[in-house]
Amino acid sequence: MSRIAETFTNLRLKGQKALIPYVSCGDPSLEFTEQLVLKLVEAGADLVELGVPYSDPVADGPTIQKASQRALAGGITLEKIFQLAARLRSRVETPLILMTYYNPIYRFGLEKYVSRAQEAGIDGLIVPDLPPEEARILKQITDPAEIDLIFLAAPTSTAERMEKIAALARGFIYCVSVTGVTGSRENIASGLEAFLAQIRSHTDLPLAVGFGIKSPETAGKAAAIADGVIVGSSLIERIEENLPLVKDEPERVINEVCAYFASLKKAMENTHFAMN
Amino acid sequence: MRKNSYFGEFGGQFVPETLMPVLLELEAAYEQYKDDSDFKEELRYYLTTYVGRPTPLYFARGLTEYLGGAKIYLKREDLNHTGAHKINNSLGQTLLAKKMGKKKIIAETGAGQHGVATATAAALLGCECTVFMGAEDVKRQSLNVFRMKLLGTQVIEVTSGTQTLKDATNEALRHWVATVRDSHYVIGSVVGPHPYPTLVRDFQSIIGEETKQQILEKEGRLPDYLVACVGGGSNAMGLFHPFVHDREIKMVGVEAAGCGVNTGQHAASLTAGSKGVLHGALSYILQDSDGQIIPAHSVSAGLDYPGVGPEHSYYKDSGRAQYEAITDEEALEAFQMLSRLEGIIPALESAHALAYVRKLAPTLSPEQVIVVNLSGRGDKDVETVSKLLGGRARE
Repeated sequence: MSRIAETFTNLRLKGQKALIPYVSCGDPSLEFTEQLVLKLVEAGADLVELGVPYSDPVADGPTIQKASQRALAGGITLEKIFQLAARLRSRVETPLILMTYYNPIYRFGLEKYVSRAQEAGIDGLIVPDLPPEEARILKQITDPAEIDLIFLAAPTSTAERMEKIAALARGFIYCVSVTGVTGSRENIASGLEAFLAQIRSHTDLPLAVGFGIKSPETAGKAAAIADGVIVGSSLIERIEENLPLVKDEPERVINEVCAYFASLKKAMENTHFAMN
Repeated sequence: MRKNSYFGEFGGQFVPETLMPVLLELEAAYEQYKDDSDFKEELRYYLTTYVGRPTPLYFARGLTEYLGGAKIYLKREDLNHTGAHKINNSLGQTLLAKKMGKKKIIAETGAGQHGVATATAAALLGCECTVFMGAEDVKRQSLNVFRMKLLGTQVIEVTSGTQTLKDATNEALRHWVATVRDSHYVIGSVVGPHPYPTLVRDFQSIIGEETKQQILEKEGRLPDYLVACVGGGSNAMGLFHPFVHDREIKMVGVEAAGCGVNTGQHAASLTAGSKGVLHGALSYILQDSDGQIIPAHSVSAGLDYPGVGPEHSYYKDSGRAQYEAITDEEALEAFQMLSRLEGIIPALESAHALAYVRKLAPTLSPEQVIVVNLSGRGDKDVETVSKLLGGRARE
């Protein structure tokens, strides 16, 4: 069983839901990201999504776009991110998921990318612009390497597409909660429950909800109906607001991000298993 | 991998899942309507009575005599309504969108020609239109921004990234992801995910179809060379595609070398780029060793794009077409050359094709024939050129 599957199974047995932070690697520095991830794990992160900054992130809203630009301006590279992942893997047992767009993977070389990810102890890959139609080649490499290729499902996905996604997916299915790009929103999308129920009819894999989780309230609502919640932009907003502080007092900023993260975690406790 | 979404190894559908259902829907609608006689008749009606097609194929006597060598014909896409070939595609796609029941139109634009063409088609067909344009291009092409607004279109200034066409396209894609249920995104070139490269090529193929008929009438034979500029590559593909099986015809796509392909400041994806995925398709693109997209540079906002249509990449690798690069300076010279010799001020994009013809024609014999696509007129570029020349046209 993969580390990701094992984590979800254990949570399920305890009647808990996964909280998954998305961090933009190298925003604003690699050292900051490393400390942040370690503290997020202490604060209750069940899995961690490591975002590889990309120049043209079409699935992302302004918050992640800006974070990516800051990281790229700071000289972040894939090689440095693999080294970061390896360092994190030596210190935590938490599943690590690498998220980036298809072009950096293609350019790096699919085989090489997967083998470097494997060496670094990465458990899963998310590629937001790789729909099932284009995923065959990468999946042929990730499957034998026992890395979970995680697919996204959207509110616009038809039943036929959900079936196709469910057939290919491993680890969990990333359910995009809104018809739109990443970014925090005031309310949880209406229709989310029906959307999740539809996917649920095609798979037993865990379902994690991302895009638009902004507050303990939205995290709690999402956790009540899904197996996991992914939170990115609203964490990054707390870094962005404190950028001048990051250099001199990185710990203070990290503590603030983690305190917010813990408040989401708390809101997700006591949610009942709605999807079983 | 479905074969028809690729040209050889190029193309595909590298987009977020949210967009996949609508791409499949678009593909199905296009398959249905492209051979539908009512749709074809309606499009033909507008192209004839509104756009002004067929555009003339003009024998450029002055240019031919000046350069010496091959006979040069200009396919006058600059005479289309709104001043460029872009209207062929915008009208076709907007009509298709209406058939699909979508009345909200999204577009991106660099030089503004595609934005103006789409704003025009939307006004004509009663659709709501939003155009994304990089803040840098808004500055360079303020007149076109005003034209779009006059036509009732909302112009959104994009301030992310390089603030040019690449980022306008990103922003248009993001907007589309959020409004995909009732919006159609009119992509302006033979780029983007399948089915766009095919669909745009087909709407632009009228350029080559007319050319074929016209050159046979004038010369009694097909041309030896077809030359067209390539940014994304829609005017070139429109000219080339109907001739693709006429193997003896040489097709030359002309990219923007900007300050020179060795300077790193250019837009020559085919000449100096590498394989990668940008805006939903695998093609030649400008990128660094980490797969980050490198901003393009060209004096022409319409060529200032770090990618190219996947079918061009296929033509390049299969040897069916040849691709050359022309610097800003060479294009500026050709811009003035055509103005002086023929009384036609070309778009800076088209001036790249003319600059290549300037080198090519003298090497050929007087029996040989070159057709160059004059993809657009230069009104929009007059201010840019005036600034670059310090207000002095060359004596």
